[in-house]
Amino acid sequence: MQFRESQAIYLQIADYVCEKILLKEWKVEERIPSVRELAVQLEVNPNTVMRTYEFLQQQEIIYNQRGIGYFVSPPALKNAQSYRRNDFVEKDLPQVFRTMFLLGMDPEELKPRFEKYKKQNFA
Amino acid sequence: MIQIQNLHFGYRKKKIFTGLSLKLEAGHIYGLLGKNGTGKSTLLRNMAGLLFPKEGNVSVLGFNPAKRQPAFLRDIFMVPEEFFMPDMPVDYLVKYTAPFYPKFNEEQFNRYVTEFDIPRSNSMQQMSYGQKKKVLISFGLACNTSVLLMDEPTNGLDIMSKSQFRKVIAGCLDENKCIVISTHQVKDLESLIDRVTIIDEGRILFDQTVDNITRKLSFHVSYDIDEIKQALYREPSLRGSAVITRNTQGDESKMDLELLYKAIVLNGNAIESVFNA
Repeated sequence: MQFRESQAIYLQIADYVCEKILLKEWKVEERIPSVRELAVQLEVNPNTVMRTYEFLQQQEIIYNQRGIGYFVSPPALKNAQSYRRNDFVEKDLPQVFRTMFLLGMDPEELKPRFEKYKKQNFA
Repeated sequence: MIQIQNLHFGYRKKKIFTGLSLKLEAGHIYGLLGKNGTGKSTLLRNMAGLLFPKEGNVSVLGFNPAKRQPAFLRDIFMVPEEFFMPDMPVDYLVKYTAPFYPKFNEEQFNRYVTEFDIPRSNSMQQMSYGQKKKVLISFGLACNTSVLLMDEPTNGLDIMSKSQFRKVIAGCLDENKCIVISTHQVKDLESLIDRVTIIDEGRILFDQTVDNITRKLSFHVSYDIDEIKQALYREPSLRGSAVITRNTQGDESKMDLELLYKAIVLNGNAIESVFNA
């Protein structure tokens, strides 16, 4: 995994986990990789993954079963979506708006493109 | 786990440390940074009992390293930057040296050797520098010592091996282990270390956890002329300027270790004031 974005690594890992959940690759009540497994896979310090998991527990996206591991919590989809949505609106959207403004684009222009994109990738 | 108090050390007339103090705890990977010749390797050797302090105290795992007691030596491993490997196959190395380390795990060693793609049958004299280094790293990790010191471990490793190295280190850290890695290859280890320790002119110039760094400092690209002017450190980049500022928003950014290092060396007082506030 490449960490190019400007966000702290533990938050980028949180995004990664949210994406797995939103794409339903990791399902509700299923066990997710352990701290160590994810640290090895992403080549990061296990303490960083630990911090991500603590953060995601606070957001009620995952929960810990002592001695067994971490699981996707029942309200995870809703919570992951609202967490990511806030983040997107606050951080990514201003960038998009800035570019649209510079290029003289109207939000209406985006609608057919968005529909086409959904059909191509997630239909 | 490792405590250094008021360490003085020098080679003949050249003074290296003049009152260095440092405390390292288990459960962390320390990144030891500093200019060439500031004494990173010398510090590691003082911890390992390979060099003796002129003055001051070094305590590792409750032992005085200079006494080189067996109980101490079996629980510490050092991967030096320059090393000698005897002219024998890998299996003999294990046979003759592993018994000194009670927590050595052969299965683990074999796994690392396979993951690092090291040819097993060859005598080590026929191996390249990088291959020998990978044998030594694999061996050191498989010893499962409480203290693991590594001097420039990624030097000489190819691209695949560097990635493999990060995986292996990420997998072996636990709450009882203290890993210290000295390096100039900050990009290789940026996501692996969780504490940054910088030595300069005989003492510790900076010592903070990465969590604390990203809480107090913000690393980003700025277009704002005023912000750039007031930044703790700035560097022109392709778009805007790469800056370090105080983190006032509460959002945590990704630490840019190279930028941080330059900032501390060139504008240390400003950075220090942020942490002392």
